[in-house]
Amino acid sequence: MQQEILLDGMECVYQKPATLTDDYLHYCPGCGHAVAHKILMEVVQEMDIQEDIVGVAPVGCSVFAYNYMNIDMQEAAHGRASAVATGIKRVLPEKYVFSYQGDGDLAAIGTAETIHTVNRGENILIVFINNGIYGMTGGQMAPTSLLGQKTSTSPYGRDVEHNGYPLKITDLVAQLPGAYYVTRQAVHTPNTVRKFKKAVKNAFEYQKLKKGTCFIEVVSNCPSGWKITPKETIQYLEEKMFPFYPLGDLKVPGQSKN
Amino acid sequence: MPTQKSEIRLMKGNEALAEAAIRAGLDAYFGYPITPQSEVLEYLTEQIPKRHGLVLQAESEVASINMVYGAAGAGARVMTSSSSPGISLMQEGISYIAAAELPCLIVNVVRGGPGLGTIQPSQGDYFQATKGGGHGDYRLIVLAPASVQEMCDFVFDAFKLAEKYRTPAMILSDGALGQMMEKVEFPEEGSLPHQVPTWATTGKKGRERNFITSLHIEPEKMEMINLHLQEKYKEIEKNEVRYETFNIDDAEIVLVAFGLPARICQKAMELARDKGIKVGLVRPITLFPFPKKILSDISKKVNNFLVIELNAGQMVEDVMLAANGRCPVHFKGRMGGMIIQPEDILEEIEKIVEQPIMQE
Repeated sequence: MQQEILLDGMECVYQKPATLTDDYLHYCPGCGHAVAHKILMEVVQEMDIQEDIVGVAPVGCSVFAYNYMNIDMQEAAHGRASAVATGIKRVLPEKYVFSYQGDGDLAAIGTAETIHTVNRGENILIVFINNGIYGMTGGQMAPTSLLGQKTSTSPYGRDVEHNGYPLKITDLVAQLPGAYYVTRQAVHTPNTVRKFKKAVKNAFEYQKLKKGTCFIEVVSNCPSGWKITPKETIQYLEEKMFPFYPLGDLKVPGQSKN
Repeated sequence: MPTQKSEIRLMKGNEALAEAAIRAGLDAYFGYPITPQSEVLEYLTEQIPKRHGLVLQAESEVASINMVYGAAGAGARVMTSSSSPGISLMQEGISYIAAAELPCLIVNVVRGGPGLGTIQPSQGDYFQATKGGGHGDYRLIVLAPASVQEMCDFVFDAFKLAEKYRTPAMILSDGALGQMMEKVEFPEEGSLPHQVPTWATTGKKGRERNFITSLHIEPEKMEMINLHLQEKYKEIEKNEVRYETFNIDDAEIVLVAFGLPARICQKAMELARDKGIKVGLVRPITLFPFPKKILSDISKKVNNFLVIELNAGQMVEDVMLAANGRCPVHFKGRMGGMIIQPEDILEEIEKIVEQPIMQE
């Protein structure tokens, strides 16, 4: 239900979806989380599934997602969001269920849960925000930090000899037969936002089919963690992140690589 | 599948517990194999497809307990089971479940430790079960069965208590109880109705949104949550203490034991009474809430407590607190999967009461 806004004769051309609460977002200026939240909730509103959806928030910057998303939600322990989502979906198979997780949560501490949730083909959507850094704890190296990337725990740059390689977990996930739809998106320009929204919509439509897990990676930014301005993060995304994490579909229904 | 009538069967403890869970209206079970409790998962994976509910083998105990969290938060009657090392892996999740006030049943069929230990019975997880186990100030309701019948009965009790207080309940069993066969009488199915609670995350249809969390960043709020939890635990301590006593009216020495050792103590008590030693027995059934009052009352009139456990001495500390210096508290235990014999206990009793025996 959309809020009524008095505009004194002016035409309303934009308003946030009623599926977002009125709470102020705590995210840093320029952070992609806010956009990703809004798009997710716009889709929930447009598909009219607000009463039939349960979300799972992770430990990480989006730990407070349940303060902003005006839907039923559960907060999971670090890394366990997809296991929690499994528990919910298995007892409420007719509801839409999604987890919203960062790179540390999904691709480091929660790797086992991620792989096995997808491998079972749980009929959920996993939204994976990859900004290559631990934002909430103050900018430490993430499993997805790029080689050479300076963070508070790789102050001389990520060194392959010492720290190993950035983990392309989405590529791994796409190999699993339980994955139904795997795509890598972004939210830093109007065009990428539109594509992300389409992907979310696809994922929720697919969830009804009960054919397996939908997995959307969002290659995003972290101005505070990367210690550059929001504008500079756009350049960093395009010059550094996208060449390593190329945008596009990795697995779409009907075009299985397996 | 027609509803199961009440019936008497000869069964292993683990299987009896699993059958009881189905009859108690279990909606979902999540677990991971580990000896000596794997029969729970095996029995459920065999029976549930033919009956009702859901059973899922998870990739780890860590995943299992978090699936329990999700399903409990979604309003289901849900459980997991494991044995000591697996229960250690679950501790983070159990802390979250207690903090988020979700009802569920966790079964620990305890084996000898520490570390990988042995698959033989032990009570070495008493501290972990009764003092918190995971991080933060929380308690579990802990029920300690001493027979296969109680492996069945306590499933119903645990679900009832967990749902009444919105808190996780644990059945603290051991490898022997899990594996041994005894006669067990099952109640008729459907005796424990379950309604989806109003706080559950089932989709915000016709109400404000529900959310399940244990995160409260403001310390003032976090303290209020803690005070609320402690109030709840006090209420549990007030209402739910359970224990059994044997021959305490004339006893000079009172044995205290939970679970299987309580049955071994009954034999030791008989042997001692045959020799004219007035021995009684207290068997705590709830380990939290601990039966402090009865032990405190008894400590005023007996000469000695002798605590018998299959560990290095864990519950003995709670007996000491209850006795509060009013009478000596002795301890005898076996560890690492070894089971104490009635004769060992009798020997210990005779050592303690040596002087009075000689006078007689």
